[in-house]
Amino acid sequence: MDLGLNEQQQMLRDFARDFLEKECPESLVRAMEEDERGYSPELWRKMAEQGWQGLIIPEEYGGVGMGFLELAVLLEEFGRFLVPGPFISTVVLGAIPILEAGSEEQKQQLLPRIAQGELILTMALLEPSARLDAQGVQMAARPQGEAFILSGTKLFVPDAHVSDYMVVAARTRQAADPTEGVTLFLVDSRSPGIKHELLKTIAADKQCAVTFEEVQVPRASVLGEVDRGWPVVQRVMTKAAVAWSAYLLGLAQMDFEISVQYAKDRIQFGRPIGSFQAIQHKCADMAIDVDGCRFITYRAAWALAEGEPDAELWASMAKAWVSEASRRVVAHGQQIHGGIGFTKEYKIQLYFRRQKMAELMFGDADFHRERVAELMGI
Amino acid sequence: MDFKDSPQEAAFRQEVRDFLRRELTPSLRREITPFGPVTDQREIVDPSPQMRAWWAKLRERRWLAPHWPREYGGAGLSPIEQFILKEEMALARAPVPGGIGLNIAGPTIIVHGTEEQKRRYLPSILAGEVWCQGFSEPEVGSDLASLRTRAIKDGDDYIIQGEKIWITGGHRGRWMILLARTDPEAPKHKGLSFFILDMQAPGVRVQPILNMADSLEFTQVILDDVRVPRENLVGEENRGWYVATTTLDFERSFIGEAIGQRQAVEDLARLALEHRGSLPPSLRYELAERYIEATVAKLLAYQVAWLQKQGLNPNREATQAKLFSTELSQRIARTGLKLLGFYGQLGPGSPRAPLNGLLTYLYLESVKDTIAGGTSEVMRNVIALRGLGLPRV
Repeated sequence: MDLGLNEQQQMLRDFARDFLEKECPESLVRAMEEDERGYSPELWRKMAEQGWQGLIIPEEYGGVGMGFLELAVLLEEFGRFLVPGPFISTVVLGAIPILEAGSEEQKQQLLPRIAQGELILTMALLEPSARLDAQGVQMAARPQGEAFILSGTKLFVPDAHVSDYMVVAARTRQAADPTEGVTLFLVDSRSPGIKHELLKTIAADKQCAVTFEEVQVPRASVLGEVDRGWPVVQRVMTKAAVAWSAYLLGLAQMDFEISVQYAKDRIQFGRPIGSFQAIQHKCADMAIDVDGCRFITYRAAWALAEGEPDAELWASMAKAWVSEASRRVVAHGQQIHGGIGFTKEYKIQLYFRRQKMAELMFGDADFHRERVAELMGI
Repeated sequence: MDFKDSPQEAAFRQEVRDFLRRELTPSLRREITPFGPVTDQREIVDPSPQMRAWWAKLRERRWLAPHWPREYGGAGLSPIEQFILKEEMALARAPVPGGIGLNIAGPTIIVHGTEEQKRRYLPSILAGEVWCQGFSEPEVGSDLASLRTRAIKDGDDYIIQGEKIWITGGHRGRWMILLARTDPEAPKHKGLSFFILDMQAPGVRVQPILNMADSLEFTQVILDDVRVPRENLVGEENRGWYVATTTLDFERSFIGEAIGQRQAVEDLARLALEHRGSLPPSLRYELAERYIEATVAKLLAYQVAWLQKQGLNPNREATQAKLFSTELSQRIARTGLKLLGFYGQLGPGSPRAPLNGLLTYLYLESVKDTIAGGTSEVMRNVIALRGLGLPRV
């Protein structure tokens, strides 16, 4: 048993922390809330120079060839610094389905350019029903000659407005079992008939409503097999749940550190508020929650990296726990900070708002409890 | 990061599994459930003959006191080996040896005791003599260092005068480890001494205390001019606080508890399906949440073991594990009773009580878990002050 980072992971973490401290200050995080694109192309390019967009892409496709555990290490740092932009969209929602289901040609064509930072990808999965199960995929894709015609609305699509390609889940067949008949398409985001509308979210991240009006997609753009796309979506969702857990872990860890420091510094009644047990006990609870987040997230990332048979259970346990533990942490963080924490000016609210977004991403606690219950056989 | 055993750890784990497969009989396993022993007898009773045989097998294998050095009859296992042993025994639902003698008195004597004390007491602990711990007093709970029981020097002896309370197994104890005040003038931590007290000595009076679960576990012990010979002082006079709070170098991860909790949730899920057929979503989620929490408890235990493996002192982390684990026991008991609905009020011995009222008993019994060995509030103080460095005043 070794719960520490190995040398390579340690280097990755230390480097990422130094890099993001310089390149992703609070001012950038705030600016990107107002920016319509929601990311800094300059930072995106610098990240690509470090090989981050290609971190988990094999070397034969121009990537760095590291594993999912290393991605979790990096994403923890992203959460710490609240890095804005389409990184998870591109790497987890874009590159992973191509790696899982793409043809050799699709891999050759797209993965090197993703690794270079030349492409932004995302996945268009949810629809107005906001269901994360196969039943939620109702947008029709009907065959027409050598193409498919996509019509319908996708909702909560992260970074669609700046994307080059979207992995779109659409229904090619109505079957009694909703997990059958879903097909994945690699769609050029600038195809005629596609419109994006930016949503105004709690975290000021960039999620879109994307409408498809008779969008023609060539048959060669099918990712994997026709009608057999849902298992791929499931595998991506499992990894995305753990990726967001890692982001939430870093976010919670940082909120905790800022709040404990504040409790030591803030003087009331002639003494630091951290000397009051009412505050101390909140801090103690935060410490346990953050440690819990850390080890269940890395245990799940490790299960995925090792291809363990129960990786799905670990992923759901992780996202269920982290979704709520991180919310408890940021809620305590707000309370410890008192009035200043409630202002837009002070940084702690940035964590509070993003926590809620990430809590929802790829399933909140109840969604994953249901999956755990199912896997437990109850 | 690697959650697998190292080759060495895997080999030791296999050794433990082989032993358990060979020696742990199914009937022995049935004497223990994750909820505690299945029995109507709520008093601490003499172990059954087969339990005695089990202890003997463990003693032979040196796993009765795996954390003691080999020269004193232990196995001298490293913390990570102790961790694996506990984990495997819990997974196999094997009865685990414990108690004040093996876990506190023995290790304290090994660190602070004289050669004579080691020779005299350690073998008897391994032989099964019951020890108890006389620390708390009627007026002294969490603020232990302010205890009032006096030890007054009288020639070669000390005369002990005072009252001790919450003494688990006091009515069966042969020896007591005792904290008493030898210097009332000194600051409170600096006037205490640590003694071994003969429970059969004149002046020792034991009064049982029935707890709210109708269980006779602990007692009050009145010490009325009890004579303790000087050779029963452990460590130096007035250094008793430091003897009592020595961080003993053995595994303290709460892994056994975490494994037991997961088994308890699995058993609850089975019971729920038998008892109610199908479950509404709220109960499904609650059971799943308990399962996830037991998994987190296990990972917090792994964190402690991993730090100890590196020779670090996981003070904050072990405190977190204790706090989380004991609060979780109560949540599991609560979920258990919720599953049973009206049947949840039926206690041991009642007609129609599921599992003979075991869950009802556990619901009451687990109340003490967040009090004994340091209340949850004290645990949070320790995490905040010593772990996070928050200011004292």
